[in-house]
Amino acid sequence: MSGFDETPLDEADETVRVRFVVNGRKVACEVAPRDTLVDCLRDKLELTGTHAGCEMGACGACLVQIDGRAVHSCLMYAVQADGAAINTIEGLTESGVLGDLQAEFHRRNALQCGFCTPGMLVTAQELLSRMTQPSRDEIRDALSGNYCRCTGYEAIVDAIDAVAKARSEGGGGA
Amino acid sequence: MKARAFSYFRATTIDQALEAHARARDDARFIAGGQSLVPALSLRLQAPRLLIDITHIEELRGVRREGGTLRIGALTRHCEMLSEPLIAEFAPLLHAAAPFVAHPAIRNRGTFGGSVALADPASEFPAMTLALDAEIEIAGPSGRRRVKADDFFIDLFETALQPGELITAIHVPLFKADQRFAFDELARRRGDYALVGCGIMATCTGDRVDDIRISFFSVGNTPTRVRGAENTLLGARLDAERIAAAQGVLEGDLAPPDSDEVPPAMRLHLARVLLGRLLGRLGEGA
Amino acid sequence: MSTPLTSLDRPNSYIGRSVPRPNAKRLLAGRGRYVSDLKLPRMLHAAFLRSPHAHAKIGSINTEPARGVEGVHLVATGEDLAKLCTPWTGTLDHFKGMTSAPQWPLPLDRVVWAGQAVVAVVAESRAIAEDALELIEIDYEDLPVVVDIDSARVAGGPLVNPGSANNTCFRSQLDSGTVDDAFAHAAHVVEEEFTFGRHTAVTLEPRAIVADYDPAAGALIVHHATQTPYQFQDLYSRHYGIPEARVRVIATDIGGSFGMKLHVYHEDMAVVGLSILLGRPVKFVADRMESFVSDIHARDHRVRARMALDAKGEILAMDVLDLTAIGAFSTYPRTSVVEGNQVIRLIGAPYRFRNYRATLEVIFQNKVQTSQYRAVGHPIACAVTERLMDMAASKIGLDPFAIRAQNVIPDDAYPQTSPTGYRFEALSHQACLKRLHEIMDYDGLRAEQADLRKRGIYRGIGIAAFVEITNPSPAFYGVGGARISSQDGAILSLTPSGEVRCMISVTEQGQGTEAIISQIVADQLGVAQEHVKVITGDTEVTPHGGATWACRGAGIGGETALQATRALKRNILEIAALILQEQPSALDIIDGEVVDAATRKPRLPIAEIARIAYFRSDTLPPGTQAQLTVSHHFAPQGYPFAFTNGIQGCVLDVDVETGLVKLLKHFIVEDCGRVINPMLVDEQLRGGIVQGLGAALFEECRYSDTGQLMNGSLADYLVPMPMEMPDIVIAHVETPTADTVLGAKGVGEAGTAAASACVLNAVNDALAPFDATINSMPITPAKVLKALKRL
Repeated sequence: MSGFDETPLDEADETVRVRFVVNGRKVACEVAPRDTLVDCLRDKLELTGTHAGCEMGACGACLVQIDGRAVHSCLMYAVQADGAAINTIEGLTESGVLGDLQAEFHRRNALQCGFCTPGMLVTAQELLSRMTQPSRDEIRDALSGNYCRCTGYEAIVDAIDAVAKARSEGGGGA
Repeated sequence: MKARAFSYFRATTIDQALEAHARARDDARFIAGGQSLVPALSLRLQAPRLLIDITHIEELRGVRREGGTLRIGALTRHCEMLSEPLIAEFAPLLHAAAPFVAHPAIRNRGTFGGSVALADPASEFPAMTLALDAEIEIAGPSGRRRVKADDFFIDLFETALQPGELITAIHVPLFKADQRFAFDELARRRGDYALVGCGIMATCTGDRVDDIRISFFSVGNTPTRVRGAENTLLGARLDAERIAAAQGVLEGDLAPPDSDEVPPAMRLHLARVLLGRLLGRLGEGA
Repeated sequence: MSTPLTSLDRPNSYIGRSVPRPNAKRLLAGRGRYVSDLKLPRMLHAAFLRSPHAHAKIGSINTEPARGVEGVHLVATGEDLAKLCTPWTGTLDHFKGMTSAPQWPLPLDRVVWAGQAVVAVVAESRAIAEDALELIEIDYEDLPVVVDIDSARVAGGPLVNPGSANNTCFRSQLDSGTVDDAFAHAAHVVEEEFTFGRHTAVTLEPRAIVADYDPAAGALIVHHATQTPYQFQDLYSRHYGIPEARVRVIATDIGGSFGMKLHVYHEDMAVVGLSILLGRPVKFVADRMESFVSDIHARDHRVRARMALDAKGEILAMDVLDLTAIGAFSTYPRTSVVEGNQVIRLIGAPYRFRNYRATLEVIFQNKVQTSQYRAVGHPIACAVTERLMDMAASKIGLDPFAIRAQNVIPDDAYPQTSPTGYRFEALSHQACLKRLHEIMDYDGLRAEQADLRKRGIYRGIGIAAFVEITNPSPAFYGVGGARISSQDGAILSLTPSGEVRCMISVTEQGQGTEAIISQIVADQLGVAQEHVKVITGDTEVTPHGGATWACRGAGIGGETALQATRALKRNILEIAALILQEQPSALDIIDGEVVDAATRKPRLPIAEIARIAYFRSDTLPPGTQAQLTVSHHFAPQGYPFAFTNGIQGCVLDVDVETGLVKLLKHFIVEDCGRVINPMLVDEQLRGGIVQGLGAALFEECRYSDTGQLMNGSLADYLVPMPMEMPDIVIAHVETPTADTVLGAKGVGEAGTAAASACVLNAVNDALAPFDATINSMPITPAKVLKALKRL
């Protein structure tokens, strides 16, 4: 990717090598330019905790953290993420950073089929990293791009609300 | 929903990006945030040979004061409209509009320049450049130029951008003490494209409107300034009577297209309601 | 065994307790195993070319350029698959006179809706398959399109099935009592025509299937995101001529179903055929655009209804005509007429009146098929009934609570048979009404409403009573000839280490099936819940059963588990009695220990019984054969359905200038009989209500005059999202069914059943000062503004 001269315009589907830091580990991977990041994560890196729900940024099932921010992995090509630090639900689980959210979601049954859940958690984590005591309306607003067909949302709002309170009582911030 | 195959090039300078576009004989698209472009490619509505990633071009970044204007780099993300103190202070209309742009994760990726370049008539930011009397700074094969927002939006998804040109920055006059602004939109769900939306910038002396720019979105093929309504308000006080007069002339300013769900008369009605509410707020904000 | 089912102070008492779902932890960690995640060796990917026409003759199909694309393994047309797969017809015998055309995986000569799959491509990747689709050329010859209900019913108009007499799929009539007489003598008559938009399930995980045919073994394994693996085992076996024992259907984690994932889809049937043709695993995951044009839709009814009342507000009679348009075929194997059938049978269900007449007309059109989706027919029946109740109340000058209190079947008057033939065992409308009045603070809300109106804020308050159909017997499908089981089966084992394994035919889609089954087993056996492992969703492992639909999991599956557990407990205690030289009746099991029944004194861990039975059977008395695995089937008997009831309320504001509606709060009092896990029941109610609220305000599949779906994407089809949904207050009344020991009825559809009716009533309540009414859903801003004559 040094200069345009090498760009093989006539072989559009040729794969290129990209490198990311995924869940704290350096990863190299061969992708076609048209492979979206969500397909790359799921198919190439076998991180199937990130889901594809609509492939147009309307449902939030594919949210991952890229360089610390929640991003739709369906609205990005893997080549664009070359050099980025990516955290998926698998890595966020292993690092323990979502532990309290996951426990509260579990305790309150803030999930049913679970397909939206990784995206919900990524959104919740971003919200709580920016706002220590969001109101219920602010929580709902933050989740406004996360679709859940099962729960009716209330338990999810309750769980995030409870974790926000616990985190700020426990010394503030994540 | 998988895009047709394309090649990818990551440019680090504007010249590189422009050259790549030319070499692809303009069968290329610049990609910044990609929040609208990627779905269009996935649906195969567009299928360029080459995608030129401009997000690593340093010159397109950053928000800074330049004389009497705020230069907002094309790569400024929607979320930065909410977090950047210079925006809040000197372009508060953009700050006010930003929470209505899609959803948080889209705002984390989508760029101001990309939104203006796409010129979706239902988007918030293109319309706000009109209200702000902004200038669009453009780089292209034939050099750099600036275009007034008033001259930028031509037709549905059609702008003053020529093939191979890209937006480098948007220049917005600095917000001043005698100015007031208002923004709102009517949407069925948070983050949806609005049924009707509107942003207003006004300069007032006391209660009197010296200058006013009112820009609507989701009302036609382009973001639309309503000059008839503006003229009705110039030099006047924002009282109920004058607001009603401005609402009354909207019909001449707007010609909403027919759509299967929102008939033109409804859009016009909603535009009147919204204008009334915003002017009311503007009047109270004295 | 005589201990009461819900004494929460007893050890291992799990029935009635809110315990979290053990299997949810995996999902929270991103470790779900959905079919869309599945990758098998040599697996290929299918994509389908879809018809751009709503109705057209298929001429020549040129697939040559597509076959030449690198990475393409197979291009198959309707003819190719028809050689392998026998056609199916979506009719059932008990719906007399219904018709539907035969269906094949891919059409042979005609497309009948825009979006119908026509040609399949199988390739190394989905992207390559889509590349090849672009190269396929089909000559279509347009045929006249049947889009709306009215044009479908015009005599001599275009036909969905050329050669048929008309576009009618099915007609049905109910007539009991003396309807004409009642209307002739009524003090009051209210009448209205209602329309209900088409909507669709929009599960977050789209339909997903991996078919894996092994020609060497002559065996088919289908990994299928379905609610009903046994039904599909039977169908794949019969339509592809593979012995049942060689067809295995595995349904692991499923990203939402709501009734949408139990129908036969053309693509799914095709994928099985493609795998047979290739001898390799073939995967198909519908993308979101495909989901909108190929998943079943639902609703799409137009109902004209009138109600006769006496001077005091007592209902005398109802008279109903329901027209519903179902697409070009009736869906297989459950048909597309069940919804209409339930509409006309559920109308008026909470109320005591004897004179009822209803006509149902089910009509073909050139759209994707409709069929069963959460709360089949209920929201329509409820909205029609409850809106007429409010109209009557307003006409007579009664409060909405008062007119309902006057007309509901009294709680002490059961059993009752409705004028539509439904037999109600025991319902609790009076108790629910009373409770709703309290939890809403109804009088307070009315006072606040009056106050706000003075300030130009138009608040609406609406209530809606409902009856829900759950625990269906063979009267639902079996009598019509469908091979859809109404019984369930369980195999329950005490493992060598003293844990319990339960393999059961009900399936899990996130509602908590596995959790409640483990609660019931642990409770009834006397062990800790974490020592019970529940296994579902694999036809090779679990016994044949109906699985999960029509709110039957808890009531029928739960009773199956309960009875199986009691059988296992008897067997364990028999062995324990032999070892301990006691009578089995003198022993019980608490916390995994055999105890003295009278004193609760521990005698022997059940793990020790397992050890002896499995490894030291030589120490047992001669002739003893320990039976530590039991199998048990349970089919509902007694009442054909276990009806449930409840009532909902909602509060909202209507912006009379913009037509936008803001939901403020929702309430429900619900009676699903024995509550096994209150938290899971509440979550079913909340999720169901929100689906109903979506239908009330947002969801509709909008079609053009030419039969094109106009809003088939998740950006354009408006599902309910967090910001617009209210918090929901829940209360319960418990009237267990006496048909089972467990006493549980279903709850999954109760929320959806009445939520939209509530909103309809509340919006009309808000608009009352303007003399404006709305009787069409979804309630869009355009409809509100039109009702207010602002458009």
